[in-house]
Amino acid sequence: MFVFLSRRLLFLVATLLVVSFLVYLLNEAAPGDVARKILGPYATLEQIALLTEELGLNRSVFIRYGEWLGGLFTGDLGYSTLFKAPVGEIIWDRLANTALLAVIAFALIVPLSIVLGVAAGMRESAALDRSISLASIITTSIPEFASGVFLASIFAIWLGWLPGTSTLVRDGGWSITSQLVLPVAVMVLYDLGYVVRMVRASMADVMREPYIRTAVLKGLSWPEVVFRHALRNALIAPFTVILLQINYLVTGVVVVEMIFAYPGFGRMMLEAALAQDIALIEAGVVVAVFIAVSTQILGDLAYMILNPRVRLR
Amino acid sequence: MTSEPSRAGAPSVLVFDEARISYRTRADELNVVPGFSLSIGRGEAVGLVGESGSGKSTLAFAAMGYLGHAGRLVSGRILFEGEDMAGLSAGELRALRGLRMAMVYQDPMSSLNPVMKAGAQLMEVPMRRLGLGRDEARERALAMLAEVEFADPASILERYPHQLSGGQQQRVVIAMALMSEPALLILDEPTTGLDVTVEAAVLDLIGALRHCHDSAILFISHNLGTVARVSDRIAVLYAGELVEEAPAGELFEAPRHPYTRALFNCLPGLARHAAIEGDPPSPGARPEGCAFAPRCAFAKPGPCTSEPIALRASGERRVRCVRLPELAPWTLPVPAATTARAEPPTDRILDVSKLTKAYRVGSPLFGLGEGSRRVQALDGVSLWAGRGETLAIVGESGSGKSTLAGIVAGLELGAEGVVRLNGVPVQHLKVEHRPEALRRGVQIVFQNPDGTLNPSHRVGYALARALRRLAGVERRRLPAEVARLLDLVRLPRAYAARKPRQLSGGEKQRVAIARALAGAPDLLIADEPVSALDLSVQAAIVNLLSELQEARGMTLLFISHDLALVRYLADRVAVMYRGRVMEFGPADEVFSPPFHPYTLTLLSSVTARAEGQSEGAGEGPEGATLAVGCPFHHRCPYKLGSICRDETPPSREAGAEHRIACHIPLGELAAIGASSEEHGEENRDAP
Repeated sequence: MFVFLSRRLLFLVATLLVVSFLVYLLNEAAPGDVARKILGPYATLEQIALLTEELGLNRSVFIRYGEWLGGLFTGDLGYSTLFKAPVGEIIWDRLANTALLAVIAFALIVPLSIVLGVAAGMRESAALDRSISLASIITTSIPEFASGVFLASIFAIWLGWLPGTSTLVRDGGWSITSQLVLPVAVMVLYDLGYVVRMVRASMADVMREPYIRTAVLKGLSWPEVVFRHALRNALIAPFTVILLQINYLVTGVVVVEMIFAYPGFGRMMLEAALAQDIALIEAGVVVAVFIAVSTQILGDLAYMILNPRVRLR
Repeated sequence: MTSEPSRAGAPSVLVFDEARISYRTRADELNVVPGFSLSIGRGEAVGLVGESGSGKSTLAFAAMGYLGHAGRLVSGRILFEGEDMAGLSAGELRALRGLRMAMVYQDPMSSLNPVMKAGAQLMEVPMRRLGLGRDEARERALAMLAEVEFADPASILERYPHQLSGGQQQRVVIAMALMSEPALLILDEPTTGLDVTVEAAVLDLIGALRHCHDSAILFISHNLGTVARVSDRIAVLYAGELVEEAPAGELFEAPRHPYTRALFNCLPGLARHAAIEGDPPSPGARPEGCAFAPRCAFAKPGPCTSEPIALRASGERRVRCVRLPELAPWTLPVPAATTARAEPPTDRILDVSKLTKAYRVGSPLFGLGEGSRRVQALDGVSLWAGRGETLAIVGESGSGKSTLAGIVAGLELGAEGVVRLNGVPVQHLKVEHRPEALRRGVQIVFQNPDGTLNPSHRVGYALARALRRLAGVERRRLPAEVARLLDLVRLPRAYAARKPRQLSGGEKQRVAIARALAGAPDLLIADEPVSALDLSVQAAIVNLLSELQEARGMTLLFISHDLALVRYLADRVAVMYRGRVMEFGPADEVFSPPFHPYTLTLLSSVTARAEGQSEGAGEGPEGATLAVGCPFHHRCPYKLGSICRDETPPSREAGAEHRIACHIPLGELAAIGASSEEHGEENRDAP
């Protein structure tokens, strides 16, 4: 157990180092002058030379990477040229905003998908299964930008119940809570169907297993069969998929954040990329990779707890 | 024919009265059971025998009222304790299941919930069904586990199914079924897939439990020998129809129906077993008249093929055959003499010497730490096979026989020792690093053909690919070569266009053999090639392998847990136990005294099974091997004393090429063997 965890953590660190170095290399050693990228096309040659000197850009990329890495540990993430502020001041703020969306959406997606997936999968091809499966295909196949615009038209423009933008600023009289409703709804609608289908497929497989027949022929009631015997087995396979959703919810919701002008992490990364804000991109990528790898470790741990047959190596 | 009234005095627990059962498919209704009548009295044990697809499991599930959405009872009645099952509501049915009727299934591993401890699954019955408290339920579970002969029931409660051996799992399932003292216990192939000695132990257990509990038993199996050990009465099923029913003794003394007789001929150990040619009819294509007529040697066009055949009763026996009076009286087939090979081969194609391999096995939950231990899969194994011979490696699961096959085939690497193929040491060469000729020269056929054949590839494609890769056959000659391979394994050429799911188990195994033969191998390894198949099919596959081996002069390494199966096939036999070779020698010497005590155990569980007698067998091999001493010492009935535990037994030369690893001197072993053989003969003479 201890060996397993330390091995995984080591793997996490190694992944972070490799990815951060690659991103650093791509940004800083790619063709084109870093100083030019930072200052933009209208800077004079003198200004560029000055900045190159100031940032030490004519030194080896390894030395600069080492310095940057050292900065990471001391909390100095560099200076964002886009926001004209230290990266540390922006990134945690944005990450917190996104985490707020993600936590609410995740808290809705997990129980809903388990309930709907189990309900659909416990009796394959029954009316309930067919309606849940159809509904989840439909919601998953509508892209976020479509459902976002659609929901905003109904609830913000037509009915006027909710704000059309979610800037997290209390202007126009909309509470923060009301600003969160539409973005969360779009994310849940889009993601839920996918997870429901995963849980349903796994549940349907489990219900075909001989041990379910054993439970039925023991004379257990239907709820006992489903909850005592099927549920835990049915959750083993989709669990990894469910945890992967954290990834999507944190780093993949650019579209939702753009539609609702939400000051989140994804939008920040997009803006940073467009403005060639190198320090911000580098720090953002490290954060994203950290989230991805740590959810995987979490997934492995949960898998082990759910499935007694797993032997960890 | 009318429903047979139950035996005098005992009211019937279960009655099938002209039950007709069909499954709905997309197109139409498939009639699986055309009309079945049978009654089981209180405390009576009835065996139901038939090949797979004969509808025996359908009948079992019909008795439990569990036919699924597609199946239904079209006409007739199924009465449980006098009540018509069709009239029961879902709730009433549920009240019966698990309390009044219980079932034990074929594959114990998959019928136990993998994420629940055995204890929780056992205690469910008293807690959920009888409303007992946790402590009382635990008491009952412990008592029942003790009754199914677990030495340490408390530790079993805490184990997950995967932490139990196959025999232990099945005993847990049996305990679970008996928790509520049901009136009817249905056992559906409860010992199929278990090792011979474990099977013998489970059958003994069922036989013993019968006398302590007055549950009626419906025992279902494809194996007449298995059924005989626990049944009062035996019913033989063919294509959903009862073809013969008689008290067990009468049936064994003189089987009447040609199909029953054919099943007897399939029993290993009695004769060089004969296969039943052809396949049972599929439910949609039942022939007119007698369903068995197309495969029956006595069938006569006209009387056998025109009208439905009625069951005729005489005494306690019922037989469904119109030609019954004309059939010759039954004689038990005599064991065929072993065919001695003309000249002994000199050239060793396979030579294994002092092969040793260990695995690390972790504690069940967390791979490393205190629980982890070394398991000696192979411990100084030495054996060899001459060119063109059949070497049989026999042992229970855990004996290391598959590990040995894996090393010979180059799928695993051996730790220490030497494996020579055609004189070339190969133990350090994985299959992909072996020279082309060696790689092509060794092919393997696995136990489960489903796992070997890609379900999305047609048979022809799979064979063509093997031909191209192993034999370098040109593209334009492929169709002809594929046809030749199919001929070789006696499959119709049209099968090239089929996909694996359109084939029966035996046919799939034939395809797997054809594929292995594509490169004309010198050495064919068959790793339990028939243990997943029906007895009637087993014989056909074994005979096919034996014929191919003789015709092509290739060497066959036949791995099996069944000593009887290899008796007439092998030239040389190695008996393995926990990674060691206990006995190795020419087949006729291994099958006659002196025996190694373990060989004797295997032989006695075989003869006992065929004759309905029991010879006690303990728990199967399991756990780590000892570095010293004889691994068989704690099960050995002839154990000498502490020497067996503490010292590695010497390898005694019982013949020029015959070795026995045992502390007991050869003279005594010969005496033990002779006396047990006499004993066996007596049993055979007086059934």
